[in-house]
Amino acid sequence: MKAKIFASIAVAITGAVLLYAVTDFPNFGDPRSPANAGVEGGSPSASLYYIENTYRDTKVPNLVTAILADYRGYDTLFETVVIFTAGMAIFAILRVLRNENAPSAPSPDPEASNRTIDGDHHRIIVGITCRIAVPLVQIFALYVVAHGHHSPGGGFQGGVMLGASFILIALSGSLRDALARFSEASYIRLASIGILIYAGVAFLPLVFGRNFVDYGALKGLLGTDGEEMARSHGIFGVELGVAFTVMSIMFAIFANLSTRGRLKGGL
Amino acid sequence: MIVAFDIIILVFLVIAAIISLSVKDLLAAAMVFGIYGFLICLLWAEMGAVDVAFTEATVGAGVSTVLIVATILNTRRKSTD
Amino acid sequence: METFFKEAVVPHFNFWIYVIIMMIGLWSVIAKNNLIKKLIGLSIFQTAILLLYVSLGVKEGATIPIIDHHAAELSLAGDAAAINPDAIANPVPHVLMLTAIVVGVATLGVALALCQVIYKDFGTLEEDEVLQKIKALHDDV
Repeated sequence: MKAKIFASIAVAITGAVLLYAVTDFPNFGDPRSPANAGVEGGSPSASLYYIENTYRDTKVPNLVTAILADYRGYDTLFETVVIFTAGMAIFAILRVLRNENAPSAPSPDPEASNRTIDGDHHRIIVGITCRIAVPLVQIFALYVVAHGHHSPGGGFQGGVMLGASFILIALSGSLRDALARFSEASYIRLASIGILIYAGVAFLPLVFGRNFVDYGALKGLLGTDGEEMARSHGIFGVELGVAFTVMSIMFAIFANLSTRGRLKGGL
Repeated sequence: MIVAFDIIILVFLVIAAIISLSVKDLLAAAMVFGIYGFLICLLWAEMGAVDVAFTEATVGAGVSTVLIVATILNTRRKSTD
Repeated sequence: METFFKEAVVPHFNFWIYVIIMMIGLWSVIAKNNLIKKLIGLSIFQTAILLLYVSLGVKEGATIPIIDHHAAELSLAGDAAAINPDAIANPVPHVLMLTAIVVGVATLGVALALCQVIYKDFGTLEEDEVLQKIKALHDDV
């Protein structure tokens, strides 16, 4: 009760201050706001440069993909590393930090854990339907990764969808089926390979004496017409690395959370 | 940007947020949170942020709900508040 | 009153709702007793902040940040007016928030794993009961 009174007071004060501060914001949807057009008399917003020059620089019509993987390549590289680290942290928490001498090691709530074990035949309709759906989901996910240059999509979205397709196998059949297709050894390996692909593609221009993540230097290596197409292909390589890592980590998080780190039984 | 659509989704968002935090059954709370994620996805598509909407549709409405449900089934479904 | 409504409330309607959603999340993080509820509140807080960022890049009547091929080829040929920046949404907030969402779900997974460890050690996810048990453990020692 004390916490609720304190929370109400804190929320009321913070909310009032924020509601007042928000009235000083530029109007919603204003194309001339500082974020969209830059300060009057000062330097223009960086977004204007991106909108006007992205296609000239990279031949990628989807501005979000181009900025994500090329202009802001460092940012995305370490965001991917954060995802990888989060996956490893879950391993550490659920596997390594197991306190066997805990005061009470309760089994899950019997009402909540009223679920079927591996090899249940009652869910045959769901199982068969999902078995048909999974390849379609995966093909669509590959399309999303590969077509991210021209339409919404890219490594993050495609990677999450690929991971979700394995989660679908685990939910409709059993986790054992999913792990038979995508074992623990292979998803850890694939997550590391994804980051290595990203860092490798980003590192290659250094060999040619250019800056980190400056994919234009790969022109000779890829045999493209100009530096623009080399940048476009470099972006694709980076997206592929992101997709591998995100796919593996999403499935790893689910597999560990649903079995409390034992990888046996499952939902 | 369509103002009427905007207002409708925002009102539903607030309702979904309040419901998902006030239900005592955690499984129901997780499901309403999935609905909340999908409404956010609609709002982003409406604002023109298609890539963000795509990510939210896969992550917010899909994977994060599944993760919360997986944890609830491994712990306790009832909540005191 | 009417000018206040026209100049302050109507153009900032969205931002006010975001602040309300943000405060719902903040309230639940402080006041809710169940740890899973706290995490859901934290995720709601996060989405409110993402909404605030993406809203800053919205332009009235603008389209999605994908350049259509015809305009792009025209601008390559030297026609500077082929791409009108006011007609394309600002892509920079989208990029920042896109990665934030995926990182958000990965960190949510870490938090849920911590919840499972807490449940294993203490047999409950209610904050006050966990605190009581920790206190009892310390009194024993």
